[in-house]
Amino acid sequence: MARTSETREPLIHLSKRSSIHPLKAWMIRLAAVALGLALCGLVAFLLIERLRANPGRIGEFYYTFIKGSFSTSRKIWKYLKNLSILLCIALALTPAFRMRFWNIGGEGQTLVGVLGCIAVAFYLGGKIPEWLLLILMLLAALVCGAAWGLIPALFKARWNTNETLFTLMMNYVATYLVAFFLEVWVTNGSGTLPKQKFGKLPTVGGQAYLLIILIVLALTVCLYIYLNYTKHGYEISVVGESVRTAQYVGINDKKVVIRTMLLSGALCGLAGYLIGAGLDQSITTESAGGQGFTAIMVSWLGKFNPAAMVLTAGLIQLLNQGAAQISQDFDVSGALPNVIVGIILFFIIGCEFFINYEVHFRGAKQKAGKEAVK
Amino acid sequence: MNIWLNFLIDSLAFGATFMYGSTGEILTEKAGHLNLGIPGIMCMGGAGGCLVLNMIGKSGLPGFLIVILGILGALTLSMLCGLIYSFLTVSLRANQNVTGLALTTFGVGLMKVIMIKLDATVYLVGPKQLYRWPFAGRQDSLQCLGVLFFLAVIVAIVSSWVLFRTKAGLHLRAVGENPATADAVGINVTKYKYLATCIGSGIAGLGGFYYIIDYMASQEAYLSLEAFGWLSIALVIFALWRPHVTIIGSTVFGVLFSCSSYITNISWIRVTMAMKPLLKMLPYVVTIIVLIISSVRNKRENQPPQSLGLAYFREER
Amino acid sequence: MEKQLALQLRGITKRFGNVLANSHVDLDVYRGEILAILGENGCGKTTLMNMIAGIYFPDEGQIFVDGREVVIRSPKDAFDHKIGMIHQHFKLVDLFTAAENIVLGTREEGRYSLKDVNARVTGIAHKYGFHIDPQKKIYDMSVSEKQTVEIIKVLYRGADILILDEPTAVLTPQEITRLFDVLRRMRADGKSIIIITHKLHEVLEVSDRVAILRRGEHIATVNTAETNESQLTELMVGKKVSLNIDRTLPDHPTPRLDVTHLDLHSAEGLHVLRDISFTANGGEILGIAGIAGSGQRELLEAIAGLQPQITGDIIFHNPKKDKPVTFFHKSMKRVKELGAQGMFHDKNMKPVSFDGMSAGAIKKWVESGDVLFKEDELIDLKAKTPLEIRQLGVRLSFVPEDRLGMGLVGSMGITDNMMLRSYRKGRAGFLDRKKPKELAEEIIHDLEVSTPGVNSPVRRLSGGNVQKVLVGREIAFTPKVLMAAYPVRGLDINSSYTIYNLLNKQKESGVAVIFVGEDLDVLLELCDRILVINSGAVTGIVDARTATKEEIGLMMTKTDRARKEDA
Repeated sequence: MARTSETREPLIHLSKRSSIHPLKAWMIRLAAVALGLALCGLVAFLLIERLRANPGRIGEFYYTFIKGSFSTSRKIWKYLKNLSILLCIALALTPAFRMRFWNIGGEGQTLVGVLGCIAVAFYLGGKIPEWLLLILMLLAALVCGAAWGLIPALFKARWNTNETLFTLMMNYVATYLVAFFLEVWVTNGSGTLPKQKFGKLPTVGGQAYLLIILIVLALTVCLYIYLNYTKHGYEISVVGESVRTAQYVGINDKKVVIRTMLLSGALCGLAGYLIGAGLDQSITTESAGGQGFTAIMVSWLGKFNPAAMVLTAGLIQLLNQGAAQISQDFDVSGALPNVIVGIILFFIIGCEFFINYEVHFRGAKQKAGKEAVK
Repeated sequence: MNIWLNFLIDSLAFGATFMYGSTGEILTEKAGHLNLGIPGIMCMGGAGGCLVLNMIGKSGLPGFLIVILGILGALTLSMLCGLIYSFLTVSLRANQNVTGLALTTFGVGLMKVIMIKLDATVYLVGPKQLYRWPFAGRQDSLQCLGVLFFLAVIVAIVSSWVLFRTKAGLHLRAVGENPATADAVGINVTKYKYLATCIGSGIAGLGGFYYIIDYMASQEAYLSLEAFGWLSIALVIFALWRPHVTIIGSTVFGVLFSCSSYITNISWIRVTMAMKPLLKMLPYVVTIIVLIISSVRNKRENQPPQSLGLAYFREER
Repeated sequence: MEKQLALQLRGITKRFGNVLANSHVDLDVYRGEILAILGENGCGKTTLMNMIAGIYFPDEGQIFVDGREVVIRSPKDAFDHKIGMIHQHFKLVDLFTAAENIVLGTREEGRYSLKDVNARVTGIAHKYGFHIDPQKKIYDMSVSEKQTVEIIKVLYRGADILILDEPTAVLTPQEITRLFDVLRRMRADGKSIIIITHKLHEVLEVSDRVAILRRGEHIATVNTAETNESQLTELMVGKKVSLNIDRTLPDHPTPRLDVTHLDLHSAEGLHVLRDISFTANGGEILGIAGIAGSGQRELLEAIAGLQPQITGDIIFHNPKKDKPVTFFHKSMKRVKELGAQGMFHDKNMKPVSFDGMSAGAIKKWVESGDVLFKEDELIDLKAKTPLEIRQLGVRLSFVPEDRLGMGLVGSMGITDNMMLRSYRKGRAGFLDRKKPKELAEEIIHDLEVSTPGVNSPVRRLSGGNVQKVLVGREIAFTPKVLMAAYPVRGLDINSSYTIYNLLNKQKESGVAVIFVGEDLDVLLELCDRILVINSGAVTGIVDARTATKEEIGLMMTKTDRARKEDA
């Protein structure tokens, strides 16, 4: 026996956990966020001169996170509004993700939703009653969004065309489609569409954003019910988990894919409607503002569970707004929020590994083995 | 110079941005990783290069050294991003789409934070002429065919050669197609995934650097960079995962993208301003069509790598 | 023959969780010999070989190559010790050519040139008599060609010890002859060849010695020249063990499922089911015995409507004679159709005609229980989807082999898994979890499923509990035919008996039970009749009360060629 037993097994051995206590899982996630925040502090230290000059202000740095969203009632409303829009898109993507259909086209589906609704407002605004206009705008947004979701789904079902790449490309087709219509509609060459006079969602309870928040709240509840308590939702879960099981019980998986993507696209269209009719009354190529991508992370971090997604959307929005406040208070580039959100996301993404896998080190097991030999 | 020739060269030069981006992305995808962080990585590459140039731009260093140090700066930051991505997706087996998107958020943001602090008179004005060798100082589009442009063509060709003509390339493709098989014949799957992702990221980062320092050579160039990262991912599909095809593909994309500014000059084609966005949409539409055709024809050689997007865990079967 | 030791195993033990896969196995392999490893399914043959090939790492024991102790942690280590394994599931990159696959992962000096590799591959092929085109892509290859690539891949790496896991399972008789010629040539060249197989005839034809494993232990090694089929069978299956399963005599068995001339080619073009005909009777258990992968899975899937490309007939007898028609399983449309065909009569044996009646009147009449079936219903299940079969009112339950990949959804709780079969019923659009939950609780209680709750994911349950949930669900829908594929695989003794009792109860209540099993002792004690399947064809149907293990073992293992030669 020339070799020692130390060389026998690899140093680190991984195995999949069969289960983990939910509390433990949340502790790991919490620890990850804490670590992420700590690193953010470090990065901020490097990037922000004022902080370097006066390290004592680091406490203020963290306080500003909270301040960004909650210091005034205006900020709270703004926070809730942004959260709602982000959550709405994330909710829209969730049925597709539950089916393991990687729809990363939320950005485009939302944008065509805005386009559809603004197009109706542009052509019909003032010519028909406002209530009818709002309904037609809604319908247009839903139809456009659904169409944008349907196209990749059809090809996925028929020829198994890669949906990730397809939906990604559709985002840019949508962007330039909007640019095209802006050229058509705006004749003065400025490229910006003035606010439309007609087709604005009514104000509820004296608060500009309340209606949007309520709509998204209702949508959250509806989608939660749809996914968990309806036959459709059940079929989505079965297809997502195993196509073979679906076939075994006679579910037509292709039909489910198409139906679900219609829904997913239409709900993105709804988000577009909330942006177009509820907030902007106008459209730019940036109307979705990258939220279609952020929503993917919201949905994924929330484990595709609408209730949990309220929390993850809340967290990401908190970081966004807090970091924006930091840029303001500490006088740094407006892009800082992205950096901070990115860092914390890395930690949250990475920590899932420790929830799903167990890490064994060689030492412990070897000792046991040696004793057994003796 | 003839307007057509000028247009063609301009497209070629423009295309080099995504020639880098998609060559880098192809290497990563061939290892089975769909890296949606490429836009962020390209941005970080640009920032890295400019950061170094900001330090040495006005020093008395010889020109070629400045060029090389700038390139190294771009490589360093973009490869660091690649390292973050590979650690999360390879070692920690995180979801590739989500990781990539987070990396893009991070990369684009950090680039903006960095770039805003840099002094364009230092990192851009002087070094620009060095990078534009041998055509520096010309007034036509030939001026953009500089060091980094030729490097892009070389990198694309060498990448193809490595991928399809060497043992390392064979191993890399095996890892992306079927990691379990590669593992069984003793290929270090993790090592290949890390290397491909990091080298690919480095290459993509050069694309961002090229765009800022040479093709656009303007202070605001970095603001429009992200979009071309996404176009690079489209080009991967268009090129059917072959780096040398990106040379042609990037030119086609360049033509489609920049023809709108030329086409309005031509009297016999009646093009309204409104057509411009539609022309810019064309690269994506063409990519979708290529994606559909290749899935309908279902020719094995033209498909995405088989294990693209899937994490590999040996004990899972 | 000079006997030079190539490989020695000493005290090799491997556990997977609580299951002991190999227990203190000692084995010697010499240079220039073909050693066959023989044993029933699940006896640990493949696990043992995987430890030599570096796929698994043994918990205990030592491996010696050429007399020196070695440590094999990975396939690469195995190659370094000149050991190569050809797995049953080929590990090839489809997109690559034969030569590219062969050269993959090798470390050679000098420039990489596919031309040289092609030439070297052709050289090896020529030496041992293979036929191969090194530039052909794997996805264009037949199974036999792929196997050739795997063997050359191992030889190219200079392996002196070759392990082949069931190499003949996927080959035609002609291809088997060619493979054996190649193996003999390699033996003459001084290589050691270990071949895992179930097929006795092949063992006798090609091997020099036979090592027999049973339940993870090495039972014996015999010289092929000094043994015969019946001795090998006896060593392989062991003494008959009494299991004390209650078995009643079938009570008036009536035909329930008629399968005739069933034929199926797989997507890869293999002939997986060959002209299968049998009848399953209500009130008895029909066992299906066979080596794993002989077509059992495809047969059950074909009956369940999951193999649409079959030819032949699958007729289901619905014992409806003189029973009232109900809307429980039949739609109004279907009732009208059957009525028009004259399939019903009333209590006074007068034919029923719905001519000129309104839907409401028909409904009232049928619900009064006065409309009776004239004959048993005959329903052809061929080319029907699982949903259509269900909608036709065929109560067919199927416990598939792949419990969590097909029969159940691993991430869902027991309640939600109960719904898989029944979720379409009930209020439009919404799920009704009340009844499934009651059913789940009933199953947990009756079958003593140990689970934290009705909603904890079934993936986290132990194998036995998973199976109780699955079988419980399939039985809950009062089937007329119950098919179960390897229902006790991986289960402990107590869970196994729970399943046997359930199947027995179903039989006593008149269900036609089809039981695919691997343990011959169980098949002989549980079933009434046993159908033996071999390479996709039926080699006989025997009475389980009189048949012997050896008899069935021979029917399972003899190849076509052997049967023809015997005749």
